[in-house]
Amino acid sequence: MKGYAGKYLMVDLTRGKTSVGKIEEQMALNYIGGYGFGARTLYDMLPNPAQVDPLSPENVLIWWTGPLAGTISTAGNKYAVFAKSPLTGIFGFGISSGLFASEFKSAGWDGVVFTGRSEKPVYLMIDDDNVELRNASSIWGRTTWETEEMIKEELGDESFTVASIGPAGERMVRLANITNERNRQVGRCGLGAVMGSKNLKAVAVRGTRDVEVADPQGLVRFIAELNERCQGPATEKYRVYGTPANILVHNKLGCLPSYNFQKGTFEYAEEVSGEMMLKTHVKKIIACAGCPIACDHVNQAREDYAGTVSSVDYESLALLGPNCGIRSLDAITKAVEICDTLGVDTISAGNVVGWAMECFEKGILTKEDTDGVELRFGSNEALLEALRRMCLKEGRLGKLLSEGVRRASQIVGKGSERFAVHCKGLEWAAYELRSLQTSTLGFAVSNRGADYLRSGSYQVDVKGKVDRLRLDKSRGKIVYDGENQYAVIDSLIICKFTRGIFQSMDELAKLYTLVTGLSMTGEQIVRAGERIHNVARCFNVKCGVTRKDDYPPPRAFEDPLPDDVVKGAVIKREEYEEALDSYYECRGWSRDGIPLKRKLLELGLSREAEEVGVEA
Amino acid sequence: MESRLRKIIVCDPDRCNGCRICEYVCSFASEGVLNIKKSRIRVVRIEPFLNLAVTCRKCEDPLCVKACPRDALTQKPNGVIVVDENKCNGCGWCVETCPFGVVRMHLDKRKVVVCDYCEKHGYPMCVEYCPKDALKYVTLDQAARELSKKAVQILVQELASR
Repeated sequence: MKGYAGKYLMVDLTRGKTSVGKIEEQMALNYIGGYGFGARTLYDMLPNPAQVDPLSPENVLIWWTGPLAGTISTAGNKYAVFAKSPLTGIFGFGISSGLFASEFKSAGWDGVVFTGRSEKPVYLMIDDDNVELRNASSIWGRTTWETEEMIKEELGDESFTVASIGPAGERMVRLANITNERNRQVGRCGLGAVMGSKNLKAVAVRGTRDVEVADPQGLVRFIAELNERCQGPATEKYRVYGTPANILVHNKLGCLPSYNFQKGTFEYAEEVSGEMMLKTHVKKIIACAGCPIACDHVNQAREDYAGTVSSVDYESLALLGPNCGIRSLDAITKAVEICDTLGVDTISAGNVVGWAMECFEKGILTKEDTDGVELRFGSNEALLEALRRMCLKEGRLGKLLSEGVRRASQIVGKGSERFAVHCKGLEWAAYELRSLQTSTLGFAVSNRGADYLRSGSYQVDVKGKVDRLRLDKSRGKIVYDGENQYAVIDSLIICKFTRGIFQSMDELAKLYTLVTGLSMTGEQIVRAGERIHNVARCFNVKCGVTRKDDYPPPRAFEDPLPDDVVKGAVIKREEYEEALDSYYECRGWSRDGIPLKRKLLELGLSREAEEVGVEA
Repeated sequence: MESRLRKIIVCDPDRCNGCRICEYVCSFASEGVLNIKKSRIRVVRIEPFLNLAVTCRKCEDPLCVKACPRDALTQKPNGVIVVDENKCNGCGWCVETCPFGVVRMHLDKRKVVVCDYCEKHGYPMCVEYCPKDALKYVTLDQAARELSKKAVQILVQELASR
């Protein structure tokens, strides 16, 4: 089989030893790569995940590329990282892009599995077959951007690509992420904290080998066609304004979260819109390796924050902006820079600061709790100071926020849990709870927690294909289909911004076959997606996840939206139950959200059927 | 007969975003493999904003040709640099002299390689595949004319807004 390197690296950090594992053809066919490989290996390597403290040496940290990395496939240079999440306590993963995955594959590896914990700070160097754990003592404490430069300097070649954690990951902030090439992140689930817990500062990789594909002629021809489609209307939004185009679209629909999800519109939306940003702040649009779209809008801040440069996408913009009441693109650009360099997820960060601001305004948090910070909505200084302290776990405020919104609200209590906007401990992303109800169902049932990236179920709401202000039993199927397809996309791994250019799942299967030489149909590949999703769910069931965890936060049911355009919108509990039932039914799971033995056996998952599955 | 105006590959830094599709395509066009480390055209990214792809400029009286102690490099009348692999011993003197850093040592062969403008394909594949039309296959005269046009347009706009 081509496309895959066929082998992965195992690194025992405790003993400082490495070894090599092989990728079998059956693994490739059943689990594709990326998300699939991650689900399979995490399930296998942590047989009793409920007993594993995510920040202990017993946790594993797994990195996978997919078959497409390094092959010229359209926007296919992505890698994913997996572990039991210290933020959610369940299946944790995140995907990043850039050049890293291409170099990784070109070095001759599909993935790397870290176990144990190094006694001293180290980083892993991969230079083709030459792999080495190197002393990272002099880099420990540095920002992600400094780390990249220092490692390149130390290794004497700037063609090394580096993925690293910042001070937040080192301090095991539960929102910590992993950054490569400055602007690209494995953002969610706190995987940077897992790296920090293992004393692993970075992975640096340089690859020089050819990446072999089954049909190079056919592949290059097909890619030419796909890349051409990427210049068409399906990706125009990403190319021109980037994802920040969503600000005004969502504001108009009343689904732009503001003031910690108290509202669905923002009175200063124009000032932080993608249109405004392009005009006044975007200095350069850059692309990940192999991407014909190019969505990454790099901002340069002015005035008080002159000299600040950061890449600002919709999620970062909406959560650090409107969700914290912030109307200054300069402050938002600075906020993203703080998160990226110190190393936390901008989505979770904007969410938890928004929550703290609401607590402060309601008198639940006082100036004593915040070490003197006037944590009010709309205060640029308060936002930036809170972020900095959170990343460094500095003082009472920093320590509190570094726990993530679920834990922080449990610590604070006093009813603040009611407006902690998360699911399964993962902070809700920038899609409103009550005015995009199919989206909310998709978020709530996701394997990762409150997650917009696992089914894309917001699309039917935003595009007006369903009544987005209510739920019914047709929505289960929409989420189910979306999840299975997205599981394929995340396993290949290919950028979701290409989803509009593929005419069918058969085309994704064709791409897989051109690269690997393994025969695959659209139907088979979607089946693999369903299998992958179920393995991840089984992992979660072992961690204690059941129906009770598949609900949006209280605000979705209890606080009707005040905005004119969606006035009074709220999720009706009986409608939600019905939609959730319909989802479980499509999935072949019990009413309690546990996969049925029958379904698992049908997907070839006999071990999961035995260990997790229940009878109908 | 060949035109006296040589076409070269030029790159517009406003359009180039560092996607490296030219590099992947080049390795395939030149050698039938996918490996950006074998590309003849190279993307330079200087953080945070600068991206530019560079390849052989078909210099007049090129330094790389002059530098070769074994006369392995010659320049064809159309400007393309040809490497005689039987003569090249991989000393890399030409690599060091090229002011644009576009003469490269091949990783497997240990002989130098230079962009041949895809002569066997009839048209540079990198230009054909560049998704943002950042790469153009033009004469320097054409490239200069485009720049003049841009400058004139800006000037006219500024005059009109006074």
